[in-house]
Amino acid sequence: MMSAINWPGVWAIFHHEMMRFFRTIMQSLLSPVVSTTLYFVVFGAAIGGRIQSVEGVPYGAFIVPGLMMLTILQQSVSNASFGIYFPKFSGTIYEYLVSPVGWIEVTMGFVGAAAAKSMMIALVILLTSFFFVGVHILHPFWMLAFLFLTALGFSLLGFIIGLWAKSFEQLQLVPMMVITPLVFLGGAFYSANMLPPFWEGVAKLNPVLYLISGFRWSFFGLADVPVGVSLVAVAIMVGVCLAIIRWIFATGWRLRE
Amino acid sequence: MAGIIQIDNLSKQYGGGTRALSDVSMDIEEGEIIALLGPNGAGKTTLISIICGLVVPTGGTVRVGGHDIRTDWRAARRMIGLVPQEIALEPFETVMNCVRFTRGLYGEGRDDAYIEQVLRSLALWDKRDAMTKELSGGMKRRVLIAKALAHRPKVLFLDEPTAGVDVALRREMWQVVEGLRKDGVTIILTTHYLEEAEEMADRIGVINHGRLLLVKPKDELMGEFGRKTLTIELDTALEAIPSALAGRGLELAQDGRHLRYDYDTRADRTGIARLLGDLAAQGITVRDVSTKQSSLEEVFISLVDDGDKNSAAEDAA
Ligand SMILES: Nc1ncnc2c1ncn2[C@@H]1O[C@H](COP(=O)(O)OP(=O)(O)OP(=O)(O)O)[C@@H](O)[C@H]1O
Ligand SMILES: [Mg+2]
Repeated sequence: MMSAINWPGVWAIFHHEMMRFFRTIMQSLLSPVVSTTLYFVVFGAAIGGRIQSVEGVPYGAFIVPGLMMLTILQQSVSNASFGIYFPKFSGTIYEYLVSPVGWIEVTMGFVGAAAAKSMMIALVILLTSFFFVGVHILHPFWMLAFLFLTALGFSLLGFIIGLWAKSFEQLQLVPMMVITPLVFLGGAFYSANMLPPFWEGVAKLNPVLYLISGFRWSFFGLADVPVGVSLVAVAIMVGVCLAIIRWIFATGWRLRE
Repeated sequence: MAGIIQIDNLSKQYGGGTRALSDVSMDIEEGEIIALLGPNGAGKTTLISIICGLVVPTGGTVRVGGHDIRTDWRAARRMIGLVPQEIALEPFETVMNCVRFTRGLYGEGRDDAYIEQVLRSLALWDKRDAMTKELSGGMKRRVLIAKALAHRPKVLFLDEPTAGVDVALRREMWQVVEGLRKDGVTIILTTHYLEEAEEMADRIGVINHGRLLLVKPKDELMGEFGRKTLTIELDTALEAIPSALAGRGLELAQDGRHLRYDYDTRADRTGIARLLGDLAAQGITVRDVSTKQSSLEEVFISLVDDGDKNSAAEDAA
């Protein structure tokens, strides 16, 4: 049956999730700011002393998009997975299952809030970086577009992880074992072109490389892979995740007995 | 006229293999209050969970207000409010926000005046700004009720609403239910307390081993089982029941100090006054009296025992 989307339901979930974020706004924003500062000190100052510039961009500025991507990936996954896992854990998930909200409303509410939070944090990191380096953004529109699509894609992924997880350990497993390595190996702090040819080939199997590359292009106009490929990669990710979530709600997998 | 809830041949077998419901059919009329009774594990929560959308049935259909719960779930769910058996609340959320949130989930716009009315009726208004983790168990349960009422449901499910609620509050909650009945809300509740089913329900259903053993108007059921026992404690022990009191169905306890008298609460004359008068005439001093209703618990235990025998007989056949 096709029926209209329950917008008040979407808003209720979104608002509820955002309020939780604002209740702990200091922790939410402080820790990424502190860790960014540390990255600048360690990578920017220590390594930047040796690597003057990458493809004409000062190293300190070069790592800004990578840092933002690192944060947005981690935050999106952890916000979205925790957002849906917590009601499962506390038992309040029943409310979502008995009320007239379907996968569309639940996904828009939870994933929308997770993506909004991580975008806010990423923008705070950008502001923080202005204190350390001069960053000029060549294509602000595309920068925001990449930011949004990436936040969306990885919030969807986090949402799936939260639906799948049966324990807090599982909840942290994927971000720790998969996301963080992919980001570090995805060229957050270097250009894939700096790798030997074989490893450059391996690196290009990493989907995160395409995101970081596209995002970096929006800042500096240079990319490891064509920008169009980056956009297609993130669009595919969004589509696949949506299909999986739809399947989960249709079958009730790990939701309904 | 078709009932507001039509349950047809509903069955559920859980993944682990447990048959929690077998072929349950029942019609519930708009505006009535039905109490479901049954021992632990009978399938009461499973039945409610299927109707509300928490559990997927393995067979059968349910319609709520004519809407199939599987194909037309949005319309069906809009009509329903659920108070689950297990208390589950966002710990750091205030009472007011909890209730507003539920209202939103059901697609309704903000209506704080209505929420105030609900919270007042549940004696929660003073706690509206308290976080749910600061509330007592009974208060939490009332918050669940407030949430279930947030969108003005036509049908309300109360799964053991008064578990862990003190006696005074239980009475208050019965009044809330009475108020909802006046508003025409259909209520399905489960309980382990006879008193509660008796107080509130129009009809009583008994479930055991996933089967609906019977659904009957309360009065009919109580008429069948509505006997009371009067226990008279005597000052001095008797050897035997005095002959003047013979033939009244009196029973003397082993210790000789307690007389038991069974009577029908619905009879025109219970015979209690005459009995006490006769005891005095015999010079027997009464120290104390107490009465005990044959509880619905006992009623359904006898039913359930019969049911068990029947199903054992079926199995044997
Ligand atoms: N999620 C589940 N998975 C497997 N079996 C279940 C599940 N939930 C309930 N059961 C089983 O189904 C049967 C019926 O359980 P249900 O919770 O419906 O009983 P109930 O009548 O509500 O009992 P109580 O009075 O204790 O609340 C029980 O045997 C129970 O163990
Ligand atoms: Mg139960």
